[in-house]
Amino acid sequence: MERIKKIVDFYVTGFRELPGWGRALWAIILIKLFIMFVVLRLFFFPDQLQTNYKTDEERANHVIENITKP
Amino acid sequence: MLENIDFTLVNWSRGQFALTAMFHWIFVPLTLGLSYIMAYMETMYVKTGDPEWKRITKFWMKLFGINFAIGVATGIILEFEFGTNWSNYSWFVGDIFGAPLAIEGIMAFFLESTFIAVMFFGWDKVSKRFHLTATWLTAIGASLSAIWILVANAWMQNPVGTFFNPETARNEMINFWDVFLSETAVNKFVHTITSGFVLASIFVIGVSSWFLIKKRELLLAKRSIVIASVFGLISSFVLIGTGDSSAKEIVKTQPMKLAAMEALYEGQTNAPLVAFGILSGKENHKNVDADSQADFLFKIEIPSMLSWLAYGDTDNFVAGIKDLIMGNEEQGILSYEEKIKRGYEAQQALLALKKVQKNNPESPEAEALKAKFRDPDFIENNVKYFGYGNFYDPDPEVLKKNAFKMVPPISMTFYAFHIMVILGGLFLLLFAVFLYLVMKDQLHNKKWLLWAGVWTIPLAYIASQAGWIVAEVGRQPWVIQDLMPTMKAVTHIDVGSVMTTFILFSVTFIGLFIAEIRIMIKQIKVGPQKKEDINNV
Repeated sequence: MERIKKIVDFYVTGFRELPGWGRALWAIILIKLFIMFVVLRLFFFPDQLQTNYKTDEERANHVIENITKP
Repeated sequence: MLENIDFTLVNWSRGQFALTAMFHWIFVPLTLGLSYIMAYMETMYVKTGDPEWKRITKFWMKLFGINFAIGVATGIILEFEFGTNWSNYSWFVGDIFGAPLAIEGIMAFFLESTFIAVMFFGWDKVSKRFHLTATWLTAIGASLSAIWILVANAWMQNPVGTFFNPETARNEMINFWDVFLSETAVNKFVHTITSGFVLASIFVIGVSSWFLIKKRELLLAKRSIVIASVFGLISSFVLIGTGDSSAKEIVKTQPMKLAAMEALYEGQTNAPLVAFGILSGKENHKNVDADSQADFLFKIEIPSMLSWLAYGDTDNFVAGIKDLIMGNEEQGILSYEEKIKRGYEAQQALLALKKVQKNNPESPEAEALKAKFRDPDFIENNVKYFGYGNFYDPDPEVLKKNAFKMVPPISMTFYAFHIMVILGGLFLLLFAVFLYLVMKDQLHNKKWLLWAGVWTIPLAYIASQAGWIVAEVGRQPWVIQDLMPTMKAVTHIDVGSVMTTFILFSVTFIGLFIAEIRIMIKQIKVGPQKKEDINNV
């Protein structure tokens, strides 16, 4: 328990003592992750095979149809 | 029947992937190389106890942090694109790609994020040796996490150690070590990470040169230049060595790429290497036919050098673009027409299997077709050329024309290769000169050279991106060599949505890039911490 507390304190103090440029970087990281995982992933990047086909067999058949068409 | 393919969609999807991968690759090489440079600097601090080494380490660590923060997770977008834009490809590669990427994700998360936190937060909280260990582990962890994506990429260039399962239409790994230790994977990994080491060395030399020009932080600049020059020199020699072994491997696995790199249309013994050349605008290198010839406005050749580079023997025959397309019986080269027919046969067998399985999955006919895909002769003579079947046409004239379409963009591959090699030579010279002059304590007087050091930074990025273009554009039309052409890897989605995300990415990436440059320049101008602040820590 003591060890976990030490680790948590280590991170908390580290983030608290971040210099200005470090805070700017964290802001950029968080905005970037939001754009990537919330905006892009949800609205623009669905997994096509998972979304459009129910079983692996259907997915395989769809891919075979595509890759064997000259 | 290639006219049925929506090349607008294929090209936008390729453009989107290229944009994402190239943007991601702006950050990776500096992270890979700078991590080792600062780990060495910190080792000097721990060994000598000299606080100046601590200042130096902390300064470069700050720039490392900026680069890492802006670049981190930009590679994840590539994984989104696999599922949306390249679903046929994602399915076809199966676990070959999934497993390495999963290992990479886990390793990167645990190794890098844990030890990077110790590196930045732990200066006055953990012992010197523990901190140094964390810095080294960050560097090693970054290189290790790069292994997996590069192994996956190497498999696409040279698919070995796998079996194509006709029932699932997926490639399955049968020998991990064949995949992991293939000649292509080893060359690719060492060549790629050492290119990152060279880029980082140039970055350190460039920034240090700026300090010398401004007559600031002279000790930091000189010490940094010594370390970066030595690191850059060693890395350059490894880079040249793996470049040489890559050429020897590419001539076996991707001979068309090698021919395109040299714009070699007609194969020859004692093949010369074009050291420098400008292709003529008259020759349309996009539409190759049986009469096409390499047409140079100007070139300087090194006699027999290409044969020597490819085979270690000046007398050997190096196949040209036309030999590879039309075949060369004397040299035992199969024509593309023949490969297309063989690949088509494999595809027809797969279709036949699916058809009989629809009625009775366990019928003797189905079993016989399944067995075909396990037959070593059928694998060697037909399945190996599976992707060629997509260029099949019943009309022999159209089929012949299709064969000539299976050539990578020659001008782009040729220039990217030569830019990479010429700049690589220039960097080697730069490291040697900087090391010599800084050791003689004469560097700070050579302002023009210092400015050259600063302006070499963008050249290092150009060389790095050019290397990526050689590897990826030079292997077209394949996304997986001989097994899957790029046009078949693409998901049939609305081209408008691909264009929208392309524009979204462009805007986001430009924003991030501007942020990186601004924060980086500002922090370079601020410089390292004051000496008294360091001594207090």
